[in-house]
Amino acid sequence: MNRITIGSAFLSVTIVAASAGQPAASAAQSAAHNDVLINNAVVMTVTHGNIQNGSIYIKDGKIAAVGRNLKAPAGATVIDAGGKYLTPGIIDSHSHIALDDDVNEATSPVTPQMMMIDAFDYQDKAIYRGLAGGVTTSLLLHGSANMIGGQAIVIKHKYGAGRDAMLFPGAPRSIKFASGENPKRVYGSKDQLPSSRMGNFAVQREALVQAQDYMREWAGYEAKVKRGDKDAKLPKHDLKLEALADVLRGKLLVQIHCYRADELLTEMEIAKEFGYKVRAFHHALEAYKVADKLAANDVAIATFADWWGYKNEAWDAIPWNAVISMRKGVRVAIKSDSDDLARRLNQEAAKTMRYGGATEEEALRMITLNPAWIIGVENRVGSIEVGKDADLVIWDGYPLSSYGVPEKVLIDGDVYFDRSLPGFGMPRYKEGE
Amino acid sequence: MKRTLTVLGMTILICVVLPGSASAQQAIVLKGGKLLTVSHGTIENGVLVIENGKITAVGSAEEVKIPANARVQDVSGMTVYPGLIDSESYLGLTEISAEQMTNDLIELSDEIMPHMHVYDAFHAESELIPVARLNGITNAIVAPENKDTLPGQDSFIQLDGKSSQEMLLVRDVAMPLNFTGEQRRNESWEKRKFPSTRMGLAAQLRQAFLDAQHYAQDWADYEKKKSEKADDKEKKGPPSPPKHDLKLDALLPYLQGKKTIVLAAQEPSDLAAAVNLAREFNLKFVLNHISHSQPVLDYVASLKAPVIVGPIYEAPKPQERYDAVYSLPAQLYKRGVKIAFASYDAHNVRNLPYAAGYATAFGLPRDEALKAVTLNAAEIWGVDGNLGSLDAGKTANVVVANGDPLDISTDVKQVFIDGRQIPMTSRQTRLRDEYSGH
Repeated sequence: MNRITIGSAFLSVTIVAASAGQPAASAAQSAAHNDVLINNAVVMTVTHGNIQNGSIYIKDGKIAAVGRNLKAPAGATVIDAGGKYLTPGIIDSHSHIALDDDVNEATSPVTPQMMMIDAFDYQDKAIYRGLAGGVTTSLLLHGSANMIGGQAIVIKHKYGAGRDAMLFPGAPRSIKFASGENPKRVYGSKDQLPSSRMGNFAVQREALVQAQDYMREWAGYEAKVKRGDKDAKLPKHDLKLEALADVLRGKLLVQIHCYRADELLTEMEIAKEFGYKVRAFHHALEAYKVADKLAANDVAIATFADWWGYKNEAWDAIPWNAVISMRKGVRVAIKSDSDDLARRLNQEAAKTMRYGGATEEEALRMITLNPAWIIGVENRVGSIEVGKDADLVIWDGYPLSSYGVPEKVLIDGDVYFDRSLPGFGMPRYKEGE
Repeated sequence: MKRTLTVLGMTILICVVLPGSASAQQAIVLKGGKLLTVSHGTIENGVLVIENGKITAVGSAEEVKIPANARVQDVSGMTVYPGLIDSESYLGLTEISAEQMTNDLIELSDEIMPHMHVYDAFHAESELIPVARLNGITNAIVAPENKDTLPGQDSFIQLDGKSSQEMLLVRDVAMPLNFTGEQRRNESWEKRKFPSTRMGLAAQLRQAFLDAQHYAQDWADYEKKKSEKADDKEKKGPPSPPKHDLKLDALLPYLQGKKTIVLAAQEPSDLAAAVNLAREFNLKFVLNHISHSQPVLDYVASLKAPVIVGPIYEAPKPQERYDAVYSLPAQLYKRGVKIAFASYDAHNVRNLPYAAGYATAFGLPRDEALKAVTLNAAEIWGVDGNLGSLDAGKTANVVVANGDPLDISTDVKQVFIDGRQIPMTSRQTRLRDEYSGH
């Protein structure tokens, strides 16, 4: 672990559907010309163990070197971590913060054309409170009222930097699906379809079949144009079906809210039937019952550490879900789905050590690299490696305990939170901006 | 008639057998552990003796004589501490939150419901209770939900027992008075009804207390008349008693200062209004929540009342710093206020120690954090003669864990309630065992 790696400033990173995802870094965003050396930290890399007395050199927002006894170039800012723990920024793969009350367009069970960016309340202090809890990246999802909800955004918690600067550059698109009690309750209570699980899945299949027809119509048109048919009639653009067509084309990461074991299996069957992949099941409180099936399909889960019993489909939830599923080969993330839990995901991860005996690195991976994979940004964040974004947390206390709290949080190499400062503890933020 | 008698006979038999079986209990000795007594410091390599449901000795290996025929358990490397006490939970009042038929949390039909007794709804067989006690929570306040100003009376329970009767240690131990704004009937303009404002809530409370005072006076007058000379009675005829009123009856012990009101407020303005109301009627109170009263903590300290603080996970106001609520326990402790923690939960009562632990990251000393979930709570609820610390003579509610009681990664290994070693199983462990094998 004494390796010193000075890498190229920016690894060539391929991101799934990057072209169709969030805009790449703008000139303003990439102007993070920082030059920082953090010394004297216990560096928890997530991917290659802990480095005692470690250092990290940050150049232009990226991790440029990780190791021991790194020397700061002249003019670099030096941060002495005082022997404290340093981890990658926490990643929350299931969040509804900063959306005001606009989480659910609960007026139709199929609304894939909803874009969460249109509701993004970038001034919501929940972003700050997550930041102060060490969260640097979050996936802001549509709610679970609809079988097929809207398209998510990925943010960095650069509170005060402005709306566009907070969007994770180049992050792929995700779409939210749901199943089970929520859709059947929301529409069933209005005497509408769906009011049962049969209804739920019928609605989902019907939408996907329509998308197939839509794609066929466009393919037919394009073929005619190619043949030189001047009478080819331009089909209508339909935002809803276009979004679903992108699901079928594999351009969207499919994130499915799903609790019960039977429904996890059904969702995977439907995905197979229509030829798309499920990226992750969210909540997935019964994943432990069918973990081998999830692992075989390379579907991740984003789950709670110990929430249970709040509704019928959460009755069989057990706090060992994360570790049992992990041991059977499932990629597991611990997520918040809550303004509150988002502030202390490190503690939620620590519960996987308590329940089932996850190792420190496994627990940490559940709130860093694994959620990064679910979001599709695992090549950019989630571990401390050369070339990755310098999203880092220096902890006061051991992070995987009741006692660990962030002391400093850096995003793209800039300090966005510093506990020692008065007021909000945000050096780059002024109230009212 | 004969049948009834037999049934009665059986009931009596059961009552007799229970204490009998306890008295026959073999002494249990926990030897070699680190004892966190709470009342008198930490004892390394300690010995704790449990006999007949009580702790009978606590001390170092040199001091304590191990009784003959005792079952000695080596707990070297383990930490031994008193069972944790949750100062507000909804255990036994709910099973599956979204399934209304499993909920008995609150009677919303009126705001003044002091005659609601949670013991009437307490479901001893709830699957939530073993889940909580596996993490070392042995006792709890069970409270009605806070959506009425006077939602009913709390009970103090023990998280093990053969029946609700055995688990309900103190019935009607205290009564919440909630003044947090959430009790207003103001959901929408269409559904708005009295009391839809804080003025309405306060006026209604005052009227209820005045009615109860009047009611008490009527009864006192009646008793007085009854005892007057016989010749007066002959003239006027026997005095007729006032009508019984369960609601007003229920308020009397609180108006007489015999029992404690749990006064809940969040903001300084609500706190002041609630305290003034309590003083108007000489109510004895402890405070609850006060999560957004940071600007008036000196005032809080001047009230000389203990505070059930939190939940510390309550979100700060937009203008507040991120740790405004996390640091509240430490700020209160610094001002000499006695504090206790509560889960304010049912399903995750088990996480109570972690809230106490987290408060230490924001300045509360660790010993005080442990005290706030043990001895302080026992004192507040009037059960410190039996609970809250490892002392000879107290009830043997004892926890054995592989480390710091307040840390998340600590695994609780054994729990004793009333001297009984609790099986470390719950519905959740059974599901775990069923599915983790294959």
